[in-house]
Amino acid sequence: MSSQEHAASAHVHRDDIGSKMGMWLFLFTELILFGGMFFMYAVYRFLHQSDFHVAAKSMNVLIGTTNTAILLTSSLTIALSITAIQNRKKMLSLILQGITVMFGLVFLINKYFEWSAEIHHGNYPGSPELISQSPGHILFFGLYYVMTGLHGLHVIIGMVVIMFMMRFTIKDIITPDNYVKLEAAGLYWHLVDIIWIFLFPLFYLIT
Amino acid sequence: MEKNETHVEHSNHSYGKYIVVWMALLTLTAITVVVAGVNLGEVTIAAAIIIASIKSYLVLTVFMHLNVESKPFKIFVMVAIFFIIVSLVLLFSDYSNM
Repeated sequence: MSSQEHAASAHVHRDDIGSKMGMWLFLFTELILFGGMFFMYAVYRFLHQSDFHVAAKSMNVLIGTTNTAILLTSSLTIALSITAIQNRKKMLSLILQGITVMFGLVFLINKYFEWSAEIHHGNYPGSPELISQSPGHILFFGLYYVMTGLHGLHVIIGMVVIMFMMRFTIKDIITPDNYVKLEAAGLYWHLVDIIWIFLFPLFYLIT
Repeated sequence: MEKNETHVEHSNHSYGKYIVVWMALLTLTAITVVVAGVNLGEVTIAAAIIIASIKSYLVLTVFMHLNVESKPFKIFVMVAIFFIIVSLVLLFSDYSNM
């Protein structure tokens, strides 16, 4: 009836391909943002190879590996939440979105402990201990804080976005016939995951 | 009518392929950690980047649905990756001559 008509007209005026294309274009700007930093990392690493190797030895590989597994699993849960809504399982989709946010939180908690330990060791920008080290050592930790910090900011933004998606799912704004918002949020979360896939070996595994 | 057709198509989505890709990603993570532990010298960084690239490929194609997306999406992503590689090559062609 009228609600059906409404749904039909909404269907007609929608452009899911365009929405997704817009999201991808935004992701390319993110790629430029992080790409510039990866280039900076590449050049400084090339110029200070041995310093980078020594500096990376103080990284906690266990926390890094755990966080990699957490982010990969959160990528799985957000991907599954889209499949769930496609299969008309609203509750399952909501739970999976909630789990994704929880994984993001656990990632950040690990990050907090990791940074606290580094700061405790005097490895923070401008610390007397760090300044006394070689230039490559200082650069490594500068890049480490900026790149993982910016990535952490993206995790926070992603969590907020997914929480909005949960609200939209509850309010039936995201439905089995109209879930492009959830797909866009998923794309963002996966990009954050891909950036971490490269950050992890470059900072933790180069000793 | 057209709407009903997409319906049927949509109710068939399976969770399986995502779980398989997730297990592959975790396995590759384990491999990259183990490989980094073995001292391979110059090869270490190359191995890490190659494994990270394989992982990104899996995330892009399956998790981000590029494998079922229309051609313009694939072309866009390939162009973006192409220009990143060009930038890297130009950058290092400069530095390697120093």
